[in-house]
Amino acid sequence: MSATFENRSLVVPGDVLYEGRIRTGDNTFRTQGKVYATRIGLVNYNRNMVSVIALEAGFNPLSGDLVIGDVIDIELGKWIVDIDADTPANLNLPDAIDAPYRSNIVMPEILDVGDTVVAKIVDMDRRRTPILSILGRGLGKVTEGFTVRLTPSKIPRLIGKKGSMVNMILKETGCNIVIGQNGRILIHGQNREQEVIAISVIEKIEREAHISGLTNRVQEYLRNLKVEKDE
Amino acid sequence: MSSKYGVVSRLKKKKITEVIASGKRMDGRSLEDYRDIQLRTGVLEKSEGSAEVFLGKTRVLVGVKVGTGTPFEDTPDKGVLMCNAEFSPIAHPSFEPGPPDENAIELARVVDRGLRSAEILDFEKLCLIPGKVVYMVHVDVHVLNYDGNLIDSSALAAIAALKTTKHKVYKVKDGEIELTDKKVELTVRKEPIAVTMLKIGNSLVVDPSADEEDIMDTRLTITVDEEGNICTIQKTGSEGLTQEELKIMMKMASDKSEMMRKKLSETK
Amino acid sequence: MSKRRKRTKKRYDGRKPNELRPLKIESGVLPNADGSAYIEMGRNKVLVGVFGPREMHPKRFSKPDMATLRCRYRMAPFSVDPRRSPAPSRRDNEISMVMRYALEPAVFLDRYPRSAIDVYAEILEADGGTRTACINAATVALVDAGIPMRDLVASCAAGKMDDQLILDLGDYEDKEGQADVPVAYMPKLDKITLLQMDGILPMDEFEECVNLAIEGCNQIYEMQKEALKKKYGIADEQEEE
Repeated sequence: MSATFENRSLVVPGDVLYEGRIRTGDNTFRTQGKVYATRIGLVNYNRNMVSVIALEAGFNPLSGDLVIGDVIDIELGKWIVDIDADTPANLNLPDAIDAPYRSNIVMPEILDVGDTVVAKIVDMDRRRTPILSILGRGLGKVTEGFTVRLTPSKIPRLIGKKGSMVNMILKETGCNIVIGQNGRILIHGQNREQEVIAISVIEKIEREAHISGLTNRVQEYLRNLKVEKDE
Repeated sequence: MSSKYGVVSRLKKKKITEVIASGKRMDGRSLEDYRDIQLRTGVLEKSEGSAEVFLGKTRVLVGVKVGTGTPFEDTPDKGVLMCNAEFSPIAHPSFEPGPPDENAIELARVVDRGLRSAEILDFEKLCLIPGKVVYMVHVDVHVLNYDGNLIDSSALAAIAALKTTKHKVYKVKDGEIELTDKKVELTVRKEPIAVTMLKIGNSLVVDPSADEEDIMDTRLTITVDEEGNICTIQKTGSEGLTQEELKIMMKMASDKSEMMRKKLSETK
Repeated sequence: MSKRRKRTKKRYDGRKPNELRPLKIESGVLPNADGSAYIEMGRNKVLVGVFGPREMHPKRFSKPDMATLRCRYRMAPFSVDPRRSPAPSRRDNEISMVMRYALEPAVFLDRYPRSAIDVYAEILEADGGTRTACINAATVALVDAGIPMRDLVASCAAGKMDDQLILDLGDYEDKEGQADVPVAYMPKLDKITLLQMDGILPMDEFEECVNLAIEGCNQIYEMQKEALKKKYGIADEQEEE
């Protein structure tokens, strides 16, 4: 009964993480008494549980997730929204406007194909299609800014412990940032310069999420940019 | 089409148009800058000639194969040049596997016209037995990653591949062709270079990225040879161009083709 | 008593009978693909892009309880001598299918009902054993795409040439040899997922061939792992929070 790797080692599918009894967490599977990794990532042995923090993974939609997506189609009574999941999401009319039904509602006037929304996943239907709602604070159609992408499994690094990373970026760049769990990030700065800095920080996180000391490095990076600017 | 579902985000269009109107591009370039160009020749061992171009993140690979075959009926004493382009589905999530679509066919034909109009090959020299056997030069463009401006990158790779092509020599004996053990460099007489520009709002930008191509009003490619002659022109897109804009674009094509020709001569 | 010394014959490229061709694998090489890998196996050059899991079109072909793995094996016109047409051949279709069967057992398809996972293999240069090169690269690309897998799939061919059993046949050996046995194998789970044969072999030699191919697969497995890990450098021990 033993851990076969050092904590936080890089593992790949097929690597045996543990032999014997232990609780299995994310990105692992057990067969014939052994626990294997199912994705490439950092193995985590913690409180009698083994899991893998995936370095590469698509977005796995869960109820409660805040997501940012684009409307790709309009059907009767609902919009189809691309949220970078394995299947597009549904946004039904009653979850988009808080008003009683009117027979002369023109859906494209509310949201059209090509519009971007900040939404919450409120449910997953029987066929595992995410159901969205844009009713609520901070949700709705986006009119300003633009989006960039980050691998969904690296989003926690962008947020940081208790929001430490994202708050640092907000403070140093003055940009408005909305983070979608689906790996899409909405940025709106007061000028292009600020936006470019915010983008470069996100790209840095994408490259270096797996290397410890990230928060300090990003702090250093932002400090250096400030110094350059003042020179 | 840089979006997965063929839908262009309004937000993206608004942002890009704003940034371009202010004189810069999303990646920080000026309106007249090309992205970083990497050019390597001789990357394929089994091809008589080959070249790979990285233009920003756009990546194309051109292979040149020289074989023998029957000439066209109307040009019995001339060798044959054929260009083909494949948009590999690995290049972009919206590229579907299948035969070349209208964009792939356009790419092949624009590259072909540029090479042919510049008369880069001496087709009569490529004849072996008039009316029966000639050399066939196949230029195959394989798009490996799409981030805009496939025409300029493919045309550059094509000319670089042709210029470094070495092929087996056949000799004619008793009315049949026989393979010798000699190899000869393909004679390429000119260096046509394609320069592609977009009109977005009131601005003209050079070397468009995929996002820019998504929101363009219209696109113009001008291919120029080293003597400053225009070898081919292709306009795509639904908006019109003024004569003033055309003049500006012609000057741009002239300048930028010089820059790329220098890149070509640095690689060999 | 005379010892019967087994004389090994030199191969066309000077390799020993159980020697692999030089192998190079890189992961994460295509910016637009969800996962990707590039492989050079001898003179073979293969680029694989993976997309998915994503919505499957046409919907009616999707499976209600699992994802559909779609593999596409295509050779560039300049990948062989003489040039070949870019249109798919019957051989291309068969190889696409066996690729799928080789990879399917390794992928957790039931996690993504009604979706498609697309594996596109582009052969840029071919020199014998392209299907094994594709499977090797496709596995790395699938992991790079973050698709959950049970194990890696490694692939290698063994065969017979000049009455000698050999590993990793080159194009010349493919064409002139007596037998060609491509194998794909999941080492940790000890499962063979691809097995084909071209040529003729007595049963005991066939078994030896399979064993030899599996030895090759095990070696390639280590290189696949290295290629995946190389993208991240050496991971640190502590993570700061």
